[in-house]
Amino acid sequence: METGSPQDTGPAGTEGAAGTQSATGAEGAAETVGGTAEADGGTAEAAEDGPVWIALPPGLLKMRRLLLVVWLGLISLAAGLVPGLLAGPAWAAFALPPLALMGWGWVMTGRNWRSWRYAERADDLLISRGVLWREETVVPYGRMQLVEVTSGPVERHFGLASVQLHTAAAATDATIPGLDPAEAERLRDRLTELGEARSAGL
Amino acid sequence: MTAPDAAGAADAGSGIAERRLHPVTPLRRAWAPVAVVIGWAVHDPDGAQRNLNRLGTTTLLIGLAVILPAAALYGFCSWWFTHFAVTETELRIRTGLVFRRTAHIRLERIQAVDVTQPLLARVAGVAKLKLDVIGTDKKDELAFLGADEARALRAELLARAAGFAPETAHEVGEAPSRQMLRVPPGVLAVSLLLSGATWGSLAAALVVPPLLWLATESVWTVLAVALPLLGAAGASSVGRFVSEYDWTVAESPDGLRIDHGLLDRAHETVPPGRVQTVRIVEPLLWRRRGWVRVELDVAGSSNSVLVPVAPREIAEVVVARVLPGVTVPEQAALSPSPRRARWCVPVWWRGYGLAVTDAVFAARSGLLRRSLALVPHAKVQSVRMTQGPWERARSVADVCVDTGANKTVRARLRDATEARALLAAQAERSRTGRRDARPDRWMA
Repeated sequence: METGSPQDTGPAGTEGAAGTQSATGAEGAAETVGGTAEADGGTAEAAEDGPVWIALPPGLLKMRRLLLVVWLGLISLAAGLVPGLLAGPAWAAFALPPLALMGWGWVMTGRNWRSWRYAERADDLLISRGVLWREETVVPYGRMQLVEVTSGPVERHFGLASVQLHTAAAATDATIPGLDPAEAERLRDRLTELGEARSAGL
Repeated sequence: MTAPDAAGAADAGSGIAERRLHPVTPLRRAWAPVAVVIGWAVHDPDGAQRNLNRLGTTTLLIGLAVILPAAALYGFCSWWFTHFAVTETELRIRTGLVFRRTAHIRLERIQAVDVTQPLLARVAGVAKLKLDVIGTDKKDELAFLGADEARALRAELLARAAGFAPETAHEVGEAPSRQMLRVPPGVLAVSLLLSGATWGSLAAALVVPPLLWLATESVWTVLAVALPLLGAAGASSVGRFVSEYDWTVAESPDGLRIDHGLLDRAHETVPPGRVQTVRIVEPLLWRRRGWVRVELDVAGSSNSVLVPVAPREIAEVVVARVLPGVTVPEQAALSPSPRRARWCVPVWWRGYGLAVTDAVFAARSGLLRRSLALVPHAKVQSVRMTQGPWERARSVADVCVDTGANKTVRARLRDATEARALLAAQAERSRTGRRDARPDRWMA
């Protein structure tokens, strides 16, 4: 499973290991067996069917980090300057929490961005995302009712677009953000084409 | 009451006969302003008296003389400008005097047809007809039609939707139906007495107002809280008895027929292959008697009860009819969550169970009030696997199956390896399960 782009292997691998470790600590030997079984199952599946995972282009990460730095930079500037000038230099330390938040956000956006990936298989689309709360969605092409490409003003400035798939179930949350517009359009056309070929009602 | 004649206002272009609703229709909203005035008078009797005195009889009469004809004119116009027509593939509803609205409802997309008769409509001999298609709302119901006309129209719509030739469609008539189940009033009453919702709402209605009285000693506060509570208690006991009275489930070539109601009668028809999810619910107090309640989800429809109460064996027969080829998995056939799941959901993890057969994805949840949700593979729109940090530490994961009725069935706390395999297998089944599904036009 973790055989996609090189960015994927890093965090996913370490987290998997961490998960197994904590489970081992709590549950003892039985859990270790479970852990290895999971790893085996994973490699077996990757070998036999191996969806080709595609990671998101770096544009989204750049945009999110820039927005983060701009907003939190302004906030920390305000939080530092206002008390610092009014009450004395020591109070400028109020700028530190937003700065710490910025650093944390910087790391988290990176991890979140790396966790996003999608794969077009013969009959369905796979979307996998999330670091702590992981979610993997499978949408058969035949069930797609609508494919939407959206791009807001900020996204457009960074040359990004997102593709959203709608099925008859509103709970289906299949969005791929931060794609290159050309890739988004290619994906939209391909999905529409595949959806028409395999179309099915409710 | 006479059924209205075809108004003869034939569409100039296509020559489709348009019809109007029943002439009593304008009266259906007549009670609303009266209720508002009465409500205001009851809420503040002194103020109402004062205002009445100040206005004087002449002003009042003049006011009435203006308001009544205006309301009558509005009612008449809204009736006069509402037309409907049945074409080969659509039901068209054209309405509105100032803001025109035309709805074309495609018949092969019908998910369910409901004919309902509220108490007053029964007295007047009229009925409402509603087509459930995804996206339709309250505005798209035909209220009111003559009772016989509504029945004939339902038969015609179903015949057209089923794929009968258009020229014979209105002669096909009602499909014969075979009764599968009828809930005796005694059983229904006992089942309501044994349900927690009845006693819970009753207890709340009896306990909260005295406590409030002790705390505030204000009559209005107590009344404002007690009345809704009493209303809720009534709705969950007497209200449910009245609406679920004489519950009959029948089977016909047009699909499932559900008739129920003591005062308001409702007749629902769900064509074959429209049911997205079925839930078998087993409250704690019903278990000793072996009773269950069966709920169903149809896309675009608000009706959710299939059987209010029935012995498990009979309910399973009904489920097997509703979802052809599906047998309800035995309790023993459901595989439980792994034992380590107890760290994620302490006691209730024992309630979770899952069984996947060739035809259906069945997930059980709940410990005291057990609920088994069945989704045919052909109805699965998308499959998701979710895993939170706590679940990952125990290497368990949830598998969610989304259906077209906007319901998600979750198989919680499965072993992570199993969940991953299930995700792949379920996507495959959802794709292949569609192949042998019946067509939208079930008679074609």
